[in-house]
Amino acid sequence: MKPQRCKGMRDLLPAEMAVFRLIMGICRQCFLKWGYQEVRTPVIEYLHLFTSAGTLTPAMLGKVYSFLDWDGWSGERVVLRPDGTIPVARLYTENMEKQGLARLFYSANTFMFEEEGGRPRERWQSGAELIGSESGAADLELIALSLEILEKLGVEDVELRLSHAGIIKILVDKLGLNAGEVSESLAEIDRDSPLYEEILKPLLDLEGKSSGFLKKRRALLLESMPDIAICLDDFLQALELLDSLGFPYRVDIVSGAGFEYYTGMIFQLYQNGEKIGGGGRYDALITSMGGGNIPACGFALYCDRLLKLVKPDLLRSPESPAILVRPRQGSKESIKAAYGLAASLRGVGYIVEIDLGGRRKKKYRWVIKIRGKEALEVRDNTRSIKYEFASSADFLKLLEADSDD
Amino acid sequence: MIKLALPKGRLLRKTASLLQKADWRLDEYHSDMGFYRPCSEKYTDVRIRVFHEKDIPIQIATGNYELGICCLDWIEELMAKHPRSGLVKVKDLMYGDGCLYIASALPMSGNAHRYSPVRIVGEYPNLAEAYALRNRFSRFSIFPLWGAAEVYPPENADMVLLSARSEDELAQAGMVPLSCELEFSAYLIANRDSLESKKLDKVINSLIEVLPEARDIKLAVKAGPDKVPLRASSSAGSRKDLVRLALPDGHQQPPTVEFLNKAGIRLDDYPSAMNNRRPEINIDGVLVKVIRPQDMPLQVANGNFDLAITGRDWLTEHLCQFPSSPVRELLDLQFSRVRLVAVVSRELAVEDTGGLSRYLSGNGSSLRVASEYVNLADRYARENHLGHYRIIPTWGATEAFLPDDADLLIENTETGRTIARHNLKIIDTLFVSTACLIGNKAVTYRSAKGKRIKSLVERMRQVVGDN
Repeated sequence: MKPQRCKGMRDLLPAEMAVFRLIMGICRQCFLKWGYQEVRTPVIEYLHLFTSAGTLTPAMLGKVYSFLDWDGWSGERVVLRPDGTIPVARLYTENMEKQGLARLFYSANTFMFEEEGGRPRERWQSGAELIGSESGAADLELIALSLEILEKLGVEDVELRLSHAGIIKILVDKLGLNAGEVSESLAEIDRDSPLYEEILKPLLDLEGKSSGFLKKRRALLLESMPDIAICLDDFLQALELLDSLGFPYRVDIVSGAGFEYYTGMIFQLYQNGEKIGGGGRYDALITSMGGGNIPACGFALYCDRLLKLVKPDLLRSPESPAILVRPRQGSKESIKAAYGLAASLRGVGYIVEIDLGGRRKKKYRWVIKIRGKEALEVRDNTRSIKYEFASSADFLKLLEADSDD
Repeated sequence: MIKLALPKGRLLRKTASLLQKADWRLDEYHSDMGFYRPCSEKYTDVRIRVFHEKDIPIQIATGNYELGICCLDWIEELMAKHPRSGLVKVKDLMYGDGCLYIASALPMSGNAHRYSPVRIVGEYPNLAEAYALRNRFSRFSIFPLWGAAEVYPPENADMVLLSARSEDELAQAGMVPLSCELEFSAYLIANRDSLESKKLDKVINSLIEVLPEARDIKLAVKAGPDKVPLRASSSAGSRKDLVRLALPDGHQQPPTVEFLNKAGIRLDDYPSAMNNRRPEINIDGVLVKVIRPQDMPLQVANGNFDLAITGRDWLTEHLCQFPSSPVRELLDLQFSRVRLVAVVSRELAVEDTGGLSRYLSGNGSSLRVASEYVNLADRYARENHLGHYRIIPTWGATEAFLPDDADLLIENTETGRTIARHNLKIIDTLFVSTACLIGNKAVTYRSAKGKRIKSLVERMRQVVGDN
């Protein structure tokens, strides 16, 4: 029996890994250019970081990978991080609270059990957290940044869906729903009930509409839900900012349910019906962890989903042609010369392998046989020409001329 | 061939009578005397095995057995962690009724539990965790127990998840129910794949046909909404310097009493005919509770108890799981001597662990290791390079797992007779275990309580003549 990877886990083979690195690289470049600093949090955190009200729902907590550590006799569980934002908020609260505003980004894997075999239990995401600003401009910055990254990755037809956690919360309270399963519960509400007519329908009617439409409906909405005013105005303000920058979006109030820590605007990024990222405002999270009253917002892009969407032409072929160096079998002198030559070629930027057999020679642009102390026999596989050189310096001249072509 | 798992213990009598009513004509399923493989005169193609009730859901879930009978509490305990397992509930058998309660010892006040760790004990750690998450406890510790959960609160736990027939039964044990988590009774369960692919109807119907049409008496449980679980107001200051001593229940009691008497320590009502788990001791400032020896190391590690008399087997098991635990053996009490051994079927042509390892690499199959000592078994398999192995946790009667339901056991044995009787053989001895006094290395002996602990240890030391 061949060894097998665990169910729900994924291997990335060299070709996939190259795309993965490309995604991470573009995310990183963009984050750095916008002034974000990279951080890394550990894979293992205390479970209680995620159990407080307003973090993860009990349904999600039922799927985390938690266990007793080797020193867990106190019964305190630890967990493979199920989420990217909460650990970064913890890192900020523990180490950086004094510095005030912080722009942080990370690339991390998260773990969540999925029952269906096909769905991944380990996921990679690249995300940014903007901590310490309550301004709507911060939310806007994150939306603009996430869209810029997706554009650089060549992902087309990205759809931006907007919602507001405050409005969802009022809706949940009014309708007496289970906070963890809002979308499911909403689907079950009787279409003929007065609750539906008065509360739900006006909100569902907003779907796909502009800020102008929402503005006109404001009075009507406040009539049935007066306590919605603050959230609604907050939401309207955000929409108008987006309008002014010309970002197309869709209002979709109920789509934002799921993560309990969001308190304000929630944005989600879809491509062809699949969610590829999202984020929002979480002003109460740091306080709930015992930190100060610090507002924050953030987002993450889901790298596993992006792997399928990135344009292959973004992947450049290796920068330099590959070279194979073949020492004479069993000759110490020849091996020494091969290592010397390989080192100097690598020094000027080429990818150089020492021959160990087992791979087709045609795969390499250049195949070099070490003849004596200095002499080389070189085969150019692209042009099917064989050269003889008295020293490596002559070969380097040829390479130089070749790369100038 | 259909494989059926039947329970020992609380359900045995009523299950036997159900099978009798269904005319199964079993030869030996009447008592807990250690008969594990009854045969039916009528259903000769059914292979029956008697398990500890708690072991049955996992046997059905994995498909090792097609059908089984056990109570809903153990089924839900498994399903809480493995909702998509292969276990299917076929029919409520309408006996063995009880209820799982979340309870505490004191009426509680305030809702401070949301900010300080709540200690929850019980035999149902998965259900206890689900309860804590559902109620949004921010910090909580679950202490899984082998038994005697009712004696822990208020000193050694804030809440307990335990089964009882009624709230009255709880009240008699000094418990205040906070909520009823689950009403349960015995169920016929089946493996999903077997149910679809095998002809189980004949067996299932034979049992269902003889069931009463309705329950005689519906269990009188006040389900009610969850009362807000509250935290015990901190105990009186004087309690802080009480030394808490744990003594073992079960067959360890007579030698323990004999030993304590030699040390001049007298106990009132231990062993108790009335199952009193709080015997009085003739030393001031010492609180005694009688709990399961299996549970003692974890309790001492957490400071819930200061001293405990348990076996070295359970101490070692604990230290395998938590190598940096502060629990230490303070004294070897030298009684209750057993050997911890590795056991295989006598039919297996293997004489020692090295042979087992070679045998496994030869036939490339994976090894099923059954044991009550999960962490010891895991360490043993790891250190002996037993390749691809799985540990099957058991709750007793482990010797009956060989040869059909496991390949290797890690077991304790006093004389080796039980092992021989089951046609098994010992291939390795891990270590010798005797009763020992355990304590927490973090304790300093300077405080009043520390001095009291020290004097108790010294009393016992004089008996065993240890310096």
